[in-house]
Amino acid sequence: MQDLKLPDIDYGALAPMLILLGAACLGVLFEALLPKARRHGFQLGLALLATVAALVTVIIERNTRIVTIGGAVAIDGPTLFLQGSILMLGLVSLLLIGERTVEAGGAFVSQAAVTVGSQKDLRQAGSQPGATEVYPLTIFSLGGMLLFVSANDLLTMFVALEVLSLPLYLLCALARRRRLLSQEAALKYFLLGSYASAFFLFGVALLYGYSGGVDLAAIHNAVADPNRSEVLLYAGLALVAIGLLFKSAAAPFHVWTPDVYQGAPTPITALMAACTKVAAFGALLRVLYVAFEGVRWDFQPVLGVIAILTMLIGAVLAVTQTDMKRLLAYSSIANAGYLLVGVLALNKEGLASTMFYLVAYGFSVLAAFGIVSLVRDAEGEATHLSRWAGLGRKSPLLAGVFSFILLAFAGIPLTSGFTSKFAVFGAAIDGGQTWLVIVGVITSMVLAFPYLRVIVMMWLQEPGESTPTVSIPGFLTSAALAIGVIATFALGVIPAPLLDLTNDAAQFVR
Amino acid sequence: MEQTVEYAHATGLLSGIWLLVAIPLASATVLLLLGKRADKWGHWLGVLAVAATFVLGLSMFLSLRGLEAEARSAQQSLWDFITVGGLKVDFGLLFDPLSGVFVLLITGVGSLIHLYAVGYMEHDPGRRKFFAYFNLFVAAMLLLVLGNNYVMLYFGWEGVGLASYLLISFWYTRPSAATAGKKAFLMNRVGDAGLAIGIFLMFATLGTTQYDGVFNGVSTLSGGTVLVMGILLLLGAAGKSGQFPLQAWLPDAMEGPTPVSALIHAATMVTAGVYLIARSHAIFTANETLQTVVVTVGAITLLMGCIIGAAKDDIKRVLAWSTVSQIGYMFLGVGLGGAAYALAIIHLLAHGFFKANMFLGAGSVMHGMHDQVDIRRFGGLSKYMKWTWLTFMTGWLAIIGIPPLSGFFSKEPIIVAAFEREGWTAWLYGLAALLGAGLTAFYMTRLFVLTFHGPKRWTEDIHEPHESPLIMTVPLMLLAVGSIAAGWLMSTSVPDWLEPVFRQEEAEATPVLAHWLLTTLSIVVTLLGAGLAWALFRNGTAEQEQPAGVLVRAARRNLYTDAFNEAVFERPGIYLTRALVYLDNRGIDGVVNGLAATVGGSSGRLRRLQSGFVRSYALSMLTGAVLVVGAFLAIQLGWLA
Repeated sequence: MQDLKLPDIDYGALAPMLILLGAACLGVLFEALLPKARRHGFQLGLALLATVAALVTVIIERNTRIVTIGGAVAIDGPTLFLQGSILMLGLVSLLLIGERTVEAGGAFVSQAAVTVGSQKDLRQAGSQPGATEVYPLTIFSLGGMLLFVSANDLLTMFVALEVLSLPLYLLCALARRRRLLSQEAALKYFLLGSYASAFFLFGVALLYGYSGGVDLAAIHNAVADPNRSEVLLYAGLALVAIGLLFKSAAAPFHVWTPDVYQGAPTPITALMAACTKVAAFGALLRVLYVAFEGVRWDFQPVLGVIAILTMLIGAVLAVTQTDMKRLLAYSSIANAGYLLVGVLALNKEGLASTMFYLVAYGFSVLAAFGIVSLVRDAEGEATHLSRWAGLGRKSPLLAGVFSFILLAFAGIPLTSGFTSKFAVFGAAIDGGQTWLVIVGVITSMVLAFPYLRVIVMMWLQEPGESTPTVSIPGFLTSAALAIGVIATFALGVIPAPLLDLTNDAAQFVR
Repeated sequence: MEQTVEYAHATGLLSGIWLLVAIPLASATVLLLLGKRADKWGHWLGVLAVAATFVLGLSMFLSLRGLEAEARSAQQSLWDFITVGGLKVDFGLLFDPLSGVFVLLITGVGSLIHLYAVGYMEHDPGRRKFFAYFNLFVAAMLLLVLGNNYVMLYFGWEGVGLASYLLISFWYTRPSAATAGKKAFLMNRVGDAGLAIGIFLMFATLGTTQYDGVFNGVSTLSGGTVLVMGILLLLGAAGKSGQFPLQAWLPDAMEGPTPVSALIHAATMVTAGVYLIARSHAIFTANETLQTVVVTVGAITLLMGCIIGAAKDDIKRVLAWSTVSQIGYMFLGVGLGGAAYALAIIHLLAHGFFKANMFLGAGSVMHGMHDQVDIRRFGGLSKYMKWTWLTFMTGWLAIIGIPPLSGFFSKEPIIVAAFEREGWTAWLYGLAALLGAGLTAFYMTRLFVLTFHGPKRWTEDIHEPHESPLIMTVPLMLLAVGSIAAGWLMSTSVPDWLEPVFRQEEAEATPVLAHWLLTTLSIVVTLLGAGLAWALFRNGTAEQEQPAGVLVRAARRNLYTDAFNEAVFERPGIYLTRALVYLDNRGIDGVVNGLAATVGGSSGRLRRLQSGFVRSYALSMLTGAVLVVGAFLAIQLGWLA
């Protein structure tokens, strides 16, 4: 009998994930053991501390290039960069999640299980502080994301996908206001997410059949061998890609995005738009660049069509949206298209510019949703576009900041929106994907319309009777907004340091 | 023999060239930023800044004089201004004999006019702002003459244009001043565009815009390129200096305060065109056709200015047309080339003194006469404004060229030089210059006699015109000294001084008539013109405009040049704009609106697919998945390929 050989484990390299998942478990214990009144402070503190600690370990490990635990996890340049990005964006998201002064008790409901509309529900909507389970859930989700971008075999990737998704499904259902919409969004997200996971898993099975292994290096080696079933390869590749494109919100797998973004509590929408996007594209980059590099010319046209479709659908549908959160959701879909353009450059610049784009977009979108959470009336957030008319007269500072963020989304120079679009489009042209860039530029112009319309509404229209008041942001939201805006401006004016960093990091290990 | 241009590196005192630009600029900045807080003392800071610049400029001039003739230049590169691809432009300065005399003129005459303006603008609430703009002008003008490459020159060029625009429309509440400012701005744009394209051409053909690089490289260019480059530079020069065909803005620019007219639109800025051509002498002497074009422009302008000036009744406009005409003489000089370059510069400097003198004198008259500008309503002022009268007289005698005042030493040699051209062109340009001298004598005498002598024709509200305060008359006296003595002082020293710049051998050519004959002739013509005017206007003139012959009517309407501009440029421009607006509304907007409607419509239709039902979402995902898998397999199995 052969001795069972234990795989080597580099705990240092895995430390960020271990810290987050451990902190999440601790958070569950807090939830059970601490008195209710003190939970919020402890949980928020723990979550922030864990995120910062994980970020510090990522920075300490910045030069690690290793494949560990028997090939399940690869810690390399892209992994560390993306993990760092997820942690930084997650930190800002946590600030938004932790805000409790804008709305009494925070954006989350106290007991999600109470029937919507019942007496008990009305009572808890009024004053009871929100559930503190959101913090361990968020940390679990962030931990899953860290694993997702570092997973070096498809099964680990699948586990990570579920670890990051399940808490998100729950979080989506926890909105304090408009609970039915929130629960509907969560259910839709859960059903469609499971559906997409099934595709992913089926794809993994086919690829196992094709290559005899699930780790990316094995698939890479199998691709080089011509005597295998190509049907298995391409069907498997297609199905795995579908699972990842679902999370990235690429057309036609984007259908969940507007409903979920609109229904979820705004801080969770921000978390999904910023962090989940990084994780999804991180995994997509790794799978395509590491495992399927050998068939790049075959998947490029198909994914190119998907990118075009995504940009078109995101941009065109954004034009007629009347709800701010749905507008931002379609904008996020279009941005997924631009990210795909960067991915499909399939060169080192493509990898680097996509990573840059993810960070730049993440900060801007966090700031955008942070502002959405501030514009409110007695019913909660006033997200209908018509309610934003004349906001510039009533709160010029907030409207000015939001205009700046919208200009960044539109890709105006001196904002990160310009530098990041420039980077991915430049990489795509170098990679010979001019057709994608042409569509990208055209859809950017279309997309500028809804953004500018909001700016025009805010500044050039008289405030109406129904223009909501803007809440004074608490310290946490102010900090999140400041970080988002400063990052958007700084990456637009001096993008070079981050671009250099992404360039240095743009090398996968296999 | 091929001469190469080299500039020495700035050392010692000369390494502070940048201060010449920085001091007035700093003063302007302080005055603009401090706003009302500087109202009480701002004008004195303005005067002080220019006076300090003058002292500094003078000491630099003297230290340059202490050097060997061939080593008289100091170049200083402060920082890289523009570095893009092959284009490298220094923020560099050059102090050589040519820029040296300009620095003295600008800061010297500038100091006197600044001093005068303290009195002139005393009752104006915007005095501090006025001095800020005035300092800004001085800084820009000094940058213009001190730059060591064409881009620096262009920088200063636009700076003086800006200051000129701000100062012409200084009393912007008057519609006429605002319009005049706009007119100056627009006509200057035409010239500036020419200059800019000329500089582009230099970079395209020579790869540099540095003076030394350009001048040394001119000989490698084809004749056609040099011609085009020169014409473009000439266009710029004509725009800034109010030369034909871009002269129309200069007389209107007199809407600005009188010190502005004296400093910017008589003594300094309008001579920037002459500076440009003199500085670019390597380009202009390289092509004979080019020189002929310059001479022609100068001759046409000098006659035109005289003729129109003789028919005008506004004291400042007569002086303005006289400026146009005198700069025409300078263009004639720089166009003739050779030794005449130095002559043109002498005339420029002399003109700076006597024209500034007369403008300030006119301002003094207006100051005492309730801002009246119509010379038909003056008369007999010599008894009331002794100092103004005396100093104006020196200016008048100087400009018409009575020996031994400065105009005689500066203008007469240009007339002689015009007669030195070859063949029939000597007669053409020589006689034009001679005729100009007679006409100048006529209209300047008319101006002088109608203003200071003859019967009083004042408006009813004036009883006892008063002489201006000392702060205004002292600069007048100093300028009068300059008007008397400058020509004689400069007639031999300046050509020697400028020799290292122009490096022209003494002209061998002889005029078609003997030198002494020409001198006598020009004095006779001058006396004839002056005498005729004296005889005609000794007893005053009608107080209203009288019917007149064809020529006078044409001259009153600026020889129909404004009408020409309106018919040829303005109206077609307006029609073109209207046509473009129509095309924009109907054509381009139609396409854009159509596209927008298409996007909006398809957005509305696509939106219906987002039904909110999970089942339809799942179905669309499934369809997508089937298509994606199908596409992969199709490509791979060659069904599509």
